[in-house]
Amino acid sequence: MIMEATIVSYCKIKNNTVWVNGEKINIDNNSVDFSAFLVNLYRQMNLNYPKFFKMDNLCKLGILAAEMVIQNNSKSENFEKDKVAIFLANNSSSIETDRNHIKTIVNKNDYFPSPAVFVYTLPNIIIGEIAIKHKFTGENAFFVSETFDANFMHTYASIALQSRHTTDAVCGWINVDGNEYEAFMYYIEKKNLNKAGNGLNTHHTAEMIYKLYN
Amino acid sequence: MITYLGANNIISPLGFTTAQNLEALARGEVAVKKQQFHFSESIFCCSKIEDSTLNSYFSAISNITTYTNLEKMCILSIQDVVQQSGIDLKNKENLLIISTTKGNIDVLEGVYKNMDSNRAYLPVFAKTVGNYFGCAITPLVVSNACISGLLAIIAGKRLIENGNYKNIIVCGADIVSEFTLSGFKSFNALSDEPSKPFDKNRTGINLGEAASGILLSSDEISSIKISAGNSANDANHISGPSRNGDGLFNAVTKTLEDSKTETVDFISAHGTATEFNDEMESVAFSRAKLDHLPLNSLKGYYGHTLGAAGVLESVIAINSLASNTLIKSMGFELQGTSHELNVIKKTEQKTINSCLKTASGFGGCNAAAIFEKV
Repeated sequence: MIMEATIVSYCKIKNNTVWVNGEKINIDNNSVDFSAFLVNLYRQMNLNYPKFFKMDNLCKLGILAAEMVIQNNSKSENFEKDKVAIFLANNSSSIETDRNHIKTIVNKNDYFPSPAVFVYTLPNIIIGEIAIKHKFTGENAFFVSETFDANFMHTYASIALQSRHTTDAVCGWINVDGNEYEAFMYYIEKKNLNKAGNGLNTHHTAEMIYKLYN
Repeated sequence: MITYLGANNIISPLGFTTAQNLEALARGEVAVKKQQFHFSESIFCCSKIEDSTLNSYFSAISNITTYTNLEKMCILSIQDVVQQSGIDLKNKENLLIISTTKGNIDVLEGVYKNMDSNRAYLPVFAKTVGNYFGCAITPLVVSNACISGLLAIIAGKRLIENGNYKNIIVCGADIVSEFTLSGFKSFNALSDEPSKPFDKNRTGINLGEAASGILLSSDEISSIKISAGNSANDANHISGPSRNGDGLFNAVTKTLEDSKTETVDFISAHGTATEFNDEMESVAFSRAKLDHLPLNSLKGYYGHTLGAAGVLESVIAINSLASNTLIKSMGFELQGTSHELNVIKKTEQKTINSCLKTASGFGGCNAAAIFEKV
C-alpha cells in the first residue's frame, strides 16, 4: 500500500467569514468586531473549552481554525498523537499582544505588566495551545514571512512527513495585526489515497496549497 | 547527505568573535552583571552589549544610524561568517536563516527617534539584514520561543539534506529590552544575582543579549556534522515545563534514534536556572539514561539570550568538540535536581566526539540535536 501525503481538510477565516473544505459556514452574527466575532464563533461551535477566554486573539483564532480542520476531516480514529506535527507561519508574529504588553509598562505611574499578557508575546504559543487542546506532541515550528509561502510550507512539511516520527501535520498561516486578521489552516495525513473518505482528499502539493489558500 | 558545521561567530559582551568568547570563558569571565537602566529603578542582573562597543565595531563597516542595535549585531555576526568562509549570499544556492523571539522590539517601544516603525515586523527586520548582504533568497525567520536558535539549525540541516540549498548561514539574535525585562520580572522568573543553572540555590534567569552565526554546508567544510535533530511538544502548559519532561525526553529519544550515534560524550543543556526548567531537564535526561554524561549550561556566563541561545550554545559546543574541552557550567556548586546530574565543575581537556544539544521553551516546545566529529 502506497501512503501519500494528503490534505484531508482545510479552513479559511477572514473578514468574519468562515470556509471549511471550500464551503462557506453560516455564522449567526458576523457584523461585529473581531474579538466579538471570535467569541460568537466559539459559542456556535459548542467548544466548551474555558481556557479559550484566557487566550489572546491570535491564539483564539488559531484554536478555532485548528478545530475546524480537525473536526472536519476524513481521518481515521486511530493515530499516534506524538506523530502529529504543527507548522505555522505569519507576518506579524505576536505584534498585537506585544503592543498590549507595552501599554502596561509605558506609564511608570500606571505600571502593571502581567504574566497572563506577556506569555502571549511569542507567536509559537498558538502551537502550544493547539498541542494542549488536542494532545499533539510531535514536531513544532513557527516561521515568520512577509506573505504566506506555500512552497516553503510544503517543503518543510514534506521533509517532516518523510520521517518515521511524523504521520500527520497541521499547517497554515495565521495572522493578526490591528483589525486585520487571516487564518488558513490545513491538515495533512499520510494515507492510502484510494481509501474512501468523507472529507476533502487531495495530494499535498505546493500548487494545491496555493489553490486552497486563494 | 551530510550537513557540516563550519565558520561561526559570537557577538556578546565577552567578545565579537568566537575566539574572543572562548578565551573569555577559559578565563572564567561572565557577561552577566548587575546594572541599572533609565526605564527602571530596579537593578537587573543581565548581559548587555555596550552601545559604544557595538557602534565602534559597526562603524568600521557601515553607518551606525541606519540600523537598529539588533540589526548591527546580526550584520556583524553574519559578516564574520561570510568573511571566514567566502560564502556569497547573493547566490541562490545559499540561504540566510534568522532566529529571534522579539526582533526589533525596541523599535515598537519607541527607543529610536528616526526609525520606521515597520522595522518592528520580523520580515522587515530580516530583509534589512538580508539586503546588507544582497541575499538572493529572502531570509527565513524562525520564531519559536527559546528553542528558536536550535530549531533554525535543525531546519537548516533539513533544507540542505533535502537539496534545497547548498550552504545556509543561521544567525540567532535577541536584545535585552525593557519589554523582556518587565515581562520576565512579572513572572518572578528573574534572578537578582548571576544565575546558577542546576544548582540547589538557583533563583532564576538572567536575560542576555547576543548574536551568533554559523555556516551549515553540504560541502565538507569542517570535521563536525549535525547528525540528527528533532523537536517535540509537551502539550501540557504554555508557560511551564512538563513535570515529567515528556517533550524534552521525546525530542532527545527521536534524535538519538535518528543519529545512529553509539555514544554521546557530553550534553550542552538548556539550563535556565529556574526551579522548574532545570528540574524538568534532570527528569528527562534521567528517563533517557543520559544523566551520567558530563553536562553544562552556558546561561551562567551569557544569561538567557532567547532566540540567540540555541545558536550561541551550539557554536560553543562545536568548538568544545573541536578542541576536546569540557567547559565548566558556571554557577553550579551543589546538586539541586531530583535526579543527580554530572554537571561540569571544572573546565578540562578530554577526548570528546559527540554532543547532545537541547533547548526548551514557552509554548511547551523542546528541541534536541546531535553534533559529532565526522
